[in-house]
Amino acid sequence: MSEYIEHDENGVSVGLVEKKHFTFAEPPDSIVLESNARLGPITIAYETLGTLNEDKSNVILILHALSGDSHVAGYYSREDQKPGWWEIMVGPGKGIDTDKYFVICPNIIASCMGSTGPSSINPDTGKPYGFDFPVVTIGDMVKVQKALLDHLGIEKILTVVGGSIGGMQVLEWAVRYPDMVVSAIPLATTTRHSALAIAFNEVARQAIMADPNWNMGNYYDSAKPDLGLALARMVGHVTYLSDEAMRRKFGRRLQNKSDFSFNFDADFQVESYLRYQGQKFVDRFDANSFLYITKAADYFDLRRQHGDGSEAEAFSRTKSKFLVISFTSDWLYPTYQSRAMVKSMKKNNLDVSFCEIEAEWGHDAFLLPNERLAALIKGFLDHNFTEVQKK
Amino acid sequence: MTQLADTTSLELKRFDLQIIASWIKPGSKVLDLGCGEGDLLLYLKQNKRVNGTGIENRESKAALCIAKGLSVLQGDINEEVLDYQEDTFDYIILSQTLQQVYYPEKLLKSLLAIGKKVIVSFPNFSHWSIRMQVLMTGLAPKNEQLPYEWYNTPNIRVITLKDFRKFTRGQGCTVLKEVAINTHHHDTKGHIINFLPDWRATYGIFLIGKGDKK
Repeated sequence: MSEYIEHDENGVSVGLVEKKHFTFAEPPDSIVLESNARLGPITIAYETLGTLNEDKSNVILILHALSGDSHVAGYYSREDQKPGWWEIMVGPGKGIDTDKYFVICPNIIASCMGSTGPSSINPDTGKPYGFDFPVVTIGDMVKVQKALLDHLGIEKILTVVGGSIGGMQVLEWAVRYPDMVVSAIPLATTTRHSALAIAFNEVARQAIMADPNWNMGNYYDSAKPDLGLALARMVGHVTYLSDEAMRRKFGRRLQNKSDFSFNFDADFQVESYLRYQGQKFVDRFDANSFLYITKAADYFDLRRQHGDGSEAEAFSRTKSKFLVISFTSDWLYPTYQSRAMVKSMKKNNLDVSFCEIEAEWGHDAFLLPNERLAALIKGFLDHNFTEVQKK
Repeated sequence: MTQLADTTSLELKRFDLQIIASWIKPGSKVLDLGCGEGDLLLYLKQNKRVNGTGIENRESKAALCIAKGLSVLQGDINEEVLDYQEDTFDYIILSQTLQQVYYPEKLLKSLLAIGKKVIVSFPNFSHWSIRMQVLMTGLAPKNEQLPYEWYNTPNIRVITLKDFRKFTRGQGCTVLKEVAINTHHHDTKGHIINFLPDWRATYGIFLIGKGDKK
């Protein structure tokens, strides 16, 4: 996902929030990962918004995408200029209404935003894990999130919602913990990466690993593989937009010049944009985390993991109600992939709604202001909340 | 003589939908094909505790339904009906859509597979005014129910009540109920026609079952 971080146009915000941490699996304990490797201790960064109601029936779990974090909405301090990444959707009276719901947003493991990942200290060596960090899967991320919810005393989740890699976690939650998840909203996502999606991730990873500074993942005491990571981000950004989005946003317009420079400076606006996005990313993201998280996304395959090769069988494990949403111009996770998962849900008699929202901004559309998206999510949540209250 | 369907809090505007709603047993599982903005589904949910799903091709309308808390799939009805298991639904509703379906035979077969009963309503092309228009003007008919020109009408199937009865016999299914209605005031009001329905009805509504063949 791109970094948009838009301020709410009406200035409505949940206000001040605080990043919290939960650590578990401390020695001698550890958890066994899907790869059979062991990991511990594990810290997970998370933020909560709103108030948990008495019967704990108003929990919304929001799961972030590749480069996101636990900071879903609000501000860390009064001087803080930047709200959370889904400020436009989450807050008082918004699509996900924090006056009504208790929102939990955990940071995924393998990330570099406060949870245990390759840049964390390996207790065995006293140095950052680097490439000694075990490869984790979407299933591992979700298992760790479950530990956090157990710690918070949450037994039922009204809705799990997330886009892109966050959407994969949504699907994993619904299938892995069917008794906990009342309803789920997978946004702009897929049950498994296409060869195209894996290909782009591989190009991005190779960009990092080809940077001499990467040094087999061992760079925390020296110069970082900034060039590689910036290039990886540039590749990513191309896949998050669309032909139409780029035509509208940049066209063939030149950057601060009236003619070609006849050298290899950034002549076109699109070149300048990608270079800027790449540069900006290296300041806040760890190259190894990028490798691990994209690998987890590539490995994700709901039918392989939960259905013996059958997607319908995988979804037979869940009882959740679903709202599946795709976007017309998303070519990273095109609508046909969402339709395929809807088909498997229908075969299992699951209560599912589906909408392909018309949006020109490509895969990133789920992060941008969209009244239709907000209305859909709000209607779905409110209806499910009313149903749960009745029981 | 005006016969009203259930009198309840939320009212259905269209007269044919009022009749259809009166046929649905409370608590049943319903699939509404071409559900539009979900008026019928919402009515059935609130008044008959129906477990309903809608299919609607237009993004804006499907989104409106979901925002109302209805379970609706955006998609083409011919495609979407293929994924369900046998007898998933107690009723499948195809209201004022049949005349726009490219392969009605195939669709009806699919519907009778996934549903126990199918309710079909369609505009009656053998209404006297339509017959007169063709006869007197020699032009393809146009009226309130069928307001299009021949070249831009979505109503590609010209069906009469008689045609449909014949069609169901050919398909080996049973007509369990049949009502012919005459509507006025933008289809919001109407009455049931018992005398010369083939001539006088603007719409036909049929409840169809699977037939004797098991």
